[in-house]
Amino acid sequence: MTEPNMTLSVLTKLDALAGGLFLLTALGLVAMRQVLASLNLFVLQSILLASSAFILGYQHASVHLYAVAAITLTTKSALIPWLLRRTIRQEIYARREISQVLNIPTSLLLSAALMILAYFIASPLLTLGQELFVKVNLPIGLAALLLGAYVVMVRREAVPQVIAILSMENGAFFAGVAIAPDLPLIAELAAAFDVLIIALVMGLLTRRIHERVGTTAVGRMASLKEE
Amino acid sequence: MTNRILFNVIQILVVMAFAPLVKGILNRLKENIQSKRGPSIFQPYRDIWKLFHKDEVIPEQSSWIFRATPYMVFVTPIFVALLIPVLTGYPLFFAFMGDMLGGGFILALGGFFATLAAVDTGNPYGPMGASRTRMVGFLAEPVFMIVFFTVSFVAGSTIPYIVHKHWVTPLANFFEPSHVLLMLAFVMLIIAEGGRIPVDNPSGHFELAMIDESKGLEYSGRGAALMKWGGSMKFFVLLCIFLNVLVTPWGLAQGEGIGEVLLAIPLVLVKIFIFILILAVIESSFAKLRLFRITEFLGAAFVTSVAAMITRLLEI
Repeated sequence: MTEPNMTLSVLTKLDALAGGLFLLTALGLVAMRQVLASLNLFVLQSILLASSAFILGYQHASVHLYAVAAITLTTKSALIPWLLRRTIRQEIYARREISQVLNIPTSLLLSAALMILAYFIASPLLTLGQELFVKVNLPIGLAALLLGAYVVMVRREAVPQVIAILSMENGAFFAGVAIAPDLPLIAELAAAFDVLIIALVMGLLTRRIHERVGTTAVGRMASLKEE
Repeated sequence: MTNRILFNVIQILVVMAFAPLVKGILNRLKENIQSKRGPSIFQPYRDIWKLFHKDEVIPEQSSWIFRATPYMVFVTPIFVALLIPVLTGYPLFFAFMGDMLGGGFILALGGFFATLAAVDTGNPYGPMGASRTRMVGFLAEPVFMIVFFTVSFVAGSTIPYIVHKHWVTPLANFFEPSHVLLMLAFVMLIIAEGGRIPVDNPSGHFELAMIDESKGLEYSGRGAALMKWGGSMKFFVLLCIFLNVLVTPWGLAQGEGIGEVLLAIPLVLVKIFIFILILAVIESSFAKLRLFRITEFLGAAFVTSVAAMITRLLEI
């Protein structure tokens, strides 16, 4: 009888570890100045999402979650970065610093507030009867979602915004794998390809903007329109 | 009882004896990574020896603070070494005299006197470095506080001897997200407080860029030796707090025998050596941050520690 309990406890801790690091990567996306570093953090975040899905899949003995893990690994940590690097090559490698509306210390303090907010929103949903995985994954996923939205708001450039949108999606998935472990596979597949297409379209659009305007600092688009 | 007092004394002697060695190894490793041969690992001992045999010059305008400071800087890490587990896994004679916050205050007292002494000299570089150190210090303070509060919340105590058992009983506790985040935040703190590279360059000789070093510029002879020795002991004590309290109690003596305590010395040194290896890699792979980027660095440390706290408070 102790054996399954032991595995469950170890699995919970491992999932919690993945969750903690996931939160850290979401914070890292707020703090990073370099485009390439943001992209690498996004890859790391996707790998952590996949590992959490894998752990949950092992716990529930669910093929769906294994499939989610596999899809996440292939699309988000391999295909999308490759796509972004291909379509907007010089934006990722040549531009090093990202301009922001708010400076980074302020952003970090705000993101601490957002994390606490996420836990507060999630706490009424976490009733006592639920399993531990939900308690770990739901608030952390929610926090990553909020932090991603914050990054989209604050950054003035297209490429980091794309990465932030993708990380929002990661956050939603991170919460999703715990709340709805039996989501039909077709929905997962649809979401995965959706994200892929979004990344492609946004990448191409960014390149187009860059060709036309010579920059991807979308913060200055409003003044361009007026002339 | 006498045994425990003896072990406390052994702890202090270990801190005093091996602190310069840690500095020496770290410097050597950094030079090796840059594919240079580097100074001998015993160079800090030779420096201290040499300085003790030189004459001391004291600025005319300076007051007693300037003369008292080297002793304060030298003594405060020794007091902290009485409170924390350096070699043994169980509380020693003085362990309940103060908790981790007390240790933090004692270390801060040494820093406070060093700042006063820097202002006392009238040398323009001293106050500049002192004010920068204070800037780093007050940004690091909230991180310290939150790390300690989280740790004591987890373990239900602020006495380091009780805290460090929690992380490995059972072993699964080691992988708690709050624990990993705490370790990360504290590594960033050690870098900031120890004046290591992303924050400060300890081997730079350009006064305008100095943060930590410029405080001791006016000292010579015995004062300089004590400042150097005290600085390396402070670093050693910080490493001990990190490795023995926050990471693991592995390698510490559990039994009461003197043999076990002596055996713990090489084990703890090996642990410190492994951490120093990691630190040397970190130092070699980053550039020094510009002064106003330090707030970002410590802001990141702060948010990491807050994340550790809320993942702990609102979960499981």
